[in-house]
Amino acid sequence: MSALLEITGVSKQYPGVLANDNISLTVSAGEVVALLGENGAGKSTLLKAVFGLVKPDSGEIKIGGEPIVFGDTAGIISRGVGMVHQHFQLVPVMTVAENIILGDEPKRGLFINMKAARAEIIALSKRYGLEVDPDAVIEDLPVGMQQRVEILKALRKDVKLLILDEPTAVLTPQEIDELLSVVRNLAKSGVGIVLITHKLHEVMAVADRVVVLRGGKLIGTTSPKETNEAGLAQMMVGRSVVLQVNRTEAKRGGVVLEVKGLQVRDDRKILSVKGVDFSLHKGEILGIAGVEGNGQREFVEAICGMRHREAGEVIINGVATKDLDPHGAHEAGISHVPEDREKHGLVSSYSIADNLILNQFDQEPFAKGWIRNLGEISKNALGMVEKFDIRTPSASNTASSLSGGNKQKVVVARELSEELPVLIAAQPTRGVDVGSIEFIHNQLLSARDKGAAVLLVSAELDEILSLSDRIAVMSGGKIVAIVDSKGADRNYIGRLMAGLDK
Amino acid sequence: MSKLIDEVKDSRRKYDVGSWIVPIIAVVTAMLVASVLMMAQGLDPMLAYKSLFTTAFGSSEGIAATLGKATPLVLSGLAVTLGLRAGLFNIGVQGQLLTGALASAWAGYALTNLPPLVHIALALAFGFFFGAIVGAIAGYLKAFRGVHEVITTIMLNSIVMGIVDYLASNPFKEPDQALTRTPQILDSVRLPMFGNFPSGFFLAAALAFLMWWILGFTTTGFRFNTVGRNRFAAWYAGISYKKTIFFAMLFSGGIAGLGGAVETLGITYRFEPAFNLGLGFDGITIALLGRVHPVGIIPGAILIGGMRAGAANMQFDAGVAPELVDLLLAMILFFVTAPLISRFFKNSSNRSLTGGWGN
Repeated sequence: MSALLEITGVSKQYPGVLANDNISLTVSAGEVVALLGENGAGKSTLLKAVFGLVKPDSGEIKIGGEPIVFGDTAGIISRGVGMVHQHFQLVPVMTVAENIILGDEPKRGLFINMKAARAEIIALSKRYGLEVDPDAVIEDLPVGMQQRVEILKALRKDVKLLILDEPTAVLTPQEIDELLSVVRNLAKSGVGIVLITHKLHEVMAVADRVVVLRGGKLIGTTSPKETNEAGLAQMMVGRSVVLQVNRTEAKRGGVVLEVKGLQVRDDRKILSVKGVDFSLHKGEILGIAGVEGNGQREFVEAICGMRHREAGEVIINGVATKDLDPHGAHEAGISHVPEDREKHGLVSSYSIADNLILNQFDQEPFAKGWIRNLGEISKNALGMVEKFDIRTPSASNTASSLSGGNKQKVVVARELSEELPVLIAAQPTRGVDVGSIEFIHNQLLSARDKGAAVLLVSAELDEILSLSDRIAVMSGGKIVAIVDSKGADRNYIGRLMAGLDK
Repeated sequence: MSKLIDEVKDSRRKYDVGSWIVPIIAVVTAMLVASVLMMAQGLDPMLAYKSLFTTAFGSSEGIAATLGKATPLVLSGLAVTLGLRAGLFNIGVQGQLLTGALASAWAGYALTNLPPLVHIALALAFGFFFGAIVGAIAGYLKAFRGVHEVITTIMLNSIVMGIVDYLASNPFKEPDQALTRTPQILDSVRLPMFGNFPSGFFLAAALAFLMWWILGFTTTGFRFNTVGRNRFAAWYAGISYKKTIFFAMLFSGGIAGLGGAVETLGITYRFEPAFNLGLGFDGITIALLGRVHPVGIIPGAILIGGMRAGAANMQFDAGVAPELVDLLLAMILFFVTAPLISRFFKNSSNRSLTGGWGN
């Protein structure tokens, strides 16, 4: 088969960074190519180049045998390149059909021909085996279904090359399985697929070829037949990575945090946490597993004082707390790695040093009364950069200059440094490279071993399974089960997450 | 890896032209464009600029006049700067400044038999206090009622101008005078001169350095900066967003009011509504020209003060209408904000296609 996409010797130099260094890559019709690499490895630059958004300094990109013209994004798309973004580009209040035809509506005179549109969509979804209800409103659909709409939107434009950007980040294990089989079917029907992902077992499950980028260079091309997950991780990071965390038996102590009958409303004022009870012990990690959007965010925010409690009690070390603000929760002994590190965790235009003391800026030794002690702040920063392996030339650089993994290390370093009795980590490794994930996992475990009570909330089931001593599964705003992680069954938990078993 | 990072950092330094180059380019570009306009009228721009700048900076009297013009501008620039640091766009500096100017004028003529130092301090405090009240209204509405400060401060400008006009033409009006103005302030309350130079300027400059120190080295400054840069992170870190916003507007208004007071006590010696027009709005230009840095305000204010001081002579020497200075200021504001605008569009344009690609 001929190559759909042919990248030959593409280099792109940004000021000070060689983002792409002589990269060559082909994608043929009917094959699934996984593009694997840490943040900053050069994946985005390469893809932007494919879409004509970045002009390579040298090299050539051909689509269907024809070289592309820089800047001609519309032309490139019309030649059959489609993309499904990590963040869906759908209008939530419109129907499936309306979203799919958006921008290229079948018309009858001045009006949109909805009948033709529906017929077209039904035919399309039959052809690819992607069933959708054309009249459903997007915001009522589960995430997996929304993604399907995104894929159909791309397929409608006669896509020959489909790029999927981190497509499984928000899916349940069952939805992931479905997506992977959709990917296989699309490939069978002749579509070339580029799959960008961090999740190694998906690569192993679906890819024909795996292309690994690191530091702008193409490190190698391999296939699932020739390697395993550990091998891929090593190629990606450049050293061997321990995928399985070495977890010792927890030394469980008394109850530190107790939550009773907690109810919380979400931003739309809908009750999204519908009565949650659990207790968290000293020296254990309790993992909260669940598909995103089942109340985990609201639940964590309510405990950490970032969201109003509708009802229920939060008892810390035997003391019932009032409906707190973040400062109050911190005072009460909760440190919190927030889910959205860019929004809540960091001030990106501040130095790393200032970010490392963000919630302690007015406490000794970082301030003497009214005056900030800049010497202590930078001394603290030097120690933290060293201890938490934050990769930066200087602690006075802004947080925005760091990679995602290093940003997260700054947040984790700050929250762990005080050694408060409770640590709540929400999605602590989201968007973080493999090397940093390993490091952060070890930090969470060592916090546990030092006696912290750790609550880990993650959409990554693997993370929950490998770190937690106990696992609570959240679905529909409730904890549906709490199981011991020893011998916990992945499929069983997946079914609980999806709300199937009771 | 670390070598790579070093390179990134170096390149940042090399390519970051944001800091002081932009204001300089803005001023030069504005002058070039104005030259073209002057030439189109058959006038000589070199002569005009020479006259403008020798008048403003060529003699000690000229410099004294320039500093006199610059004094309220430093303070209005600081008022805008303080707001911007906390993430607020205080368009109401004009109204706050007028309030302060009138309040200090009243204190200057109505309170009698005070020793000079006490009288000056009291009149300045009046200016600060009443300006702060106007700022605090907008601050309260923003912090506790969620009303955007740009809306409230624009409306407050109109309200304040109405009230000030009324007060200056009725209860506080100079008796037996056709003009709308207050009586002249007493000699005891006039700001003294340091040799040729108005002492108010040194007060304003000292305040600029004080604000620089507070913003850079105190926990209060850290609170302001954090709220201005990321209010969600500020809240998460235990900084009260509402309190910070409220006090930022209050102090911003107070400093603007102080600007009006210094103008009244050091230059005009009475309040007359037409005197202070535009000072508050020039503060926006100056704050941006000074890169929202308190000490950077000082050269910005001196430059613009000098243009204001030299405008009349420029007409005399080169036949260029003094309104040219307004045009220059408008263009400086345009060019100084243009990089901000272009950066904004640059950041947002590619997003639809490349969003979520790990950046």
